[in-house]
Amino acid sequence: MSHVGIINCQLGNIGSIVKRVKGHTITIIDEPQKLKQVDKLILPGVGHFGKGIEFLKNNNLLDALNEEVLINKKPILGICLGMQLLMNSSEEGDAQGLGWIDGSVKRFHVKNSQQYKIPHTGWNTVSSQNNSPLFRGVENEKFYFVHSYYVDCTLPEHIIGTSTYENTFTCAVQKGNIFGTQFHPEKSHNQGLTLINNFLQL
Amino acid sequence: MYLPRIIPVLLLKDKGLVKSINFKNHRYIGDPINAVKIFNDSYADELTFLDISASSNKTINYAVIQNIAEEANMPFSYGGGIDALSQIEKLVKIGVEKVVLGSIACQNPAFVADAAKEFGSSTVCVCVDIKKNFWGKYTVVHSNAIKSGSLNYLDFVKQMEELGAGELIIQDVNLDGTQQGYNLNLIDQISKITAIPIVALGGAGNYEHLKTLNASTVVNGLAAGSLFIYHGSRNGILINYPTIQEKYNILSNEDM
Repeated sequence: MSHVGIINCQLGNIGSIVKRVKGHTITIIDEPQKLKQVDKLILPGVGHFGKGIEFLKNNNLLDALNEEVLINKKPILGICLGMQLLMNSSEEGDAQGLGWIDGSVKRFHVKNSQQYKIPHTGWNTVSSQNNSPLFRGVENEKFYFVHSYYVDCTLPEHIIGTSTYENTFTCAVQKGNIFGTQFHPEKSHNQGLTLINNFLQL
Repeated sequence: MYLPRIIPVLLLKDKGLVKSINFKNHRYIGDPINAVKIFNDSYADELTFLDISASSNKTINYAVIQNIAEEANMPFSYGGGIDALSQIEKLVKIGVEKVVLGSIACQNPAFVADAAKEFGSSTVCVCVDIKKNFWGKYTVVHSNAIKSGSLNYLDFVKQMEELGAGELIIQDVNLDGTQQGYNLNLIDQISKITAIPIVALGGAGNYEHLKTLNASTVVNGLAAGSLFIYHGSRNGILINYPTIQEKYNILSNEDM
């Protein structure tokens, strides 16, 4: 059993994630002191990149998160906007991210805008890459997406999942103990639950 | 591979589920949580709940919505009675993926822009109810299809897109509950002028209707009420959803 900290970015539905980590101890993180006691972290979020980072700053979570993730190597899973926040920067709001994984967040520019509507909304197949433990048992399943921005990951070894919507894009990343998924495992039926359990069993 | 979503649209009235015909004649269907459990078991792509009593009751039933959110293993959207950003904030917090704006989008279009700015376009869906008027002309209607908007429906759709809506539900009110098939021309016309996801609603009575819709126009969601609630010629209540194999048959280009 893990002690899971769910970072309350106030921009996402904590409720559905709490439900998916049933059976584990859960602490909702809204201040830096609470980060010490947990051994795994989930960073959810929907909405605006700049606002997400601003929230972490305003609640004094940035330094504490850097310490727990980069020094104490606690596993963290960023979901949707939470994954985007792991990167260096975003076109959305021109803000700096956590910078834990090299890459930037870009807006989808589709050629065939009548066929490929944005936001990319719905179920899409995710092909796992680089044999990440996150995708054990769900290497080629459909997950639920809803996003207008995607992660452009600099180093191929950090890409653990790709999906295709007109073009192929990175939809899951890993660098050591740091994980991110663009899709919503907490909204993706049994395959999503498997992925979350893979993370919790690390 | 990206696949369009097949979406049951469930109407809430007070605390129960109902189904309408032409937005009238509401029939009690059952308990919403029970329905969510059945849709979980059948791996439904997404659920939409619309509370048709929220506006007149002047209240959003957060307790029921929270129960739905906790039970649902898939994304779900909620619409009904939303006219303030603080309500959206509360809904998102209790687990609603997307909010569906109806009357407020007609009465105060700027609200759509405010909501998109605050919560992101992907959280904001606008339900565009379109009805043939006395002269046979399609117009946008709202407030349970009682009032009619001023703009041409194509202009209205473009306006919603420009204001930042992340998805549009296009509903032909005349076909609600009729199970005669979708208004393909209307959906196609709107899909061709928009670059945001379109969900079609109104008229689906069988899987052929879904298949025809998907084959003849670009839609991101194939939504239906009656189809997933009733069974058989006598319209007995039976919550149902296509199996995975049936879903692929509907969404592939081969004959069923």
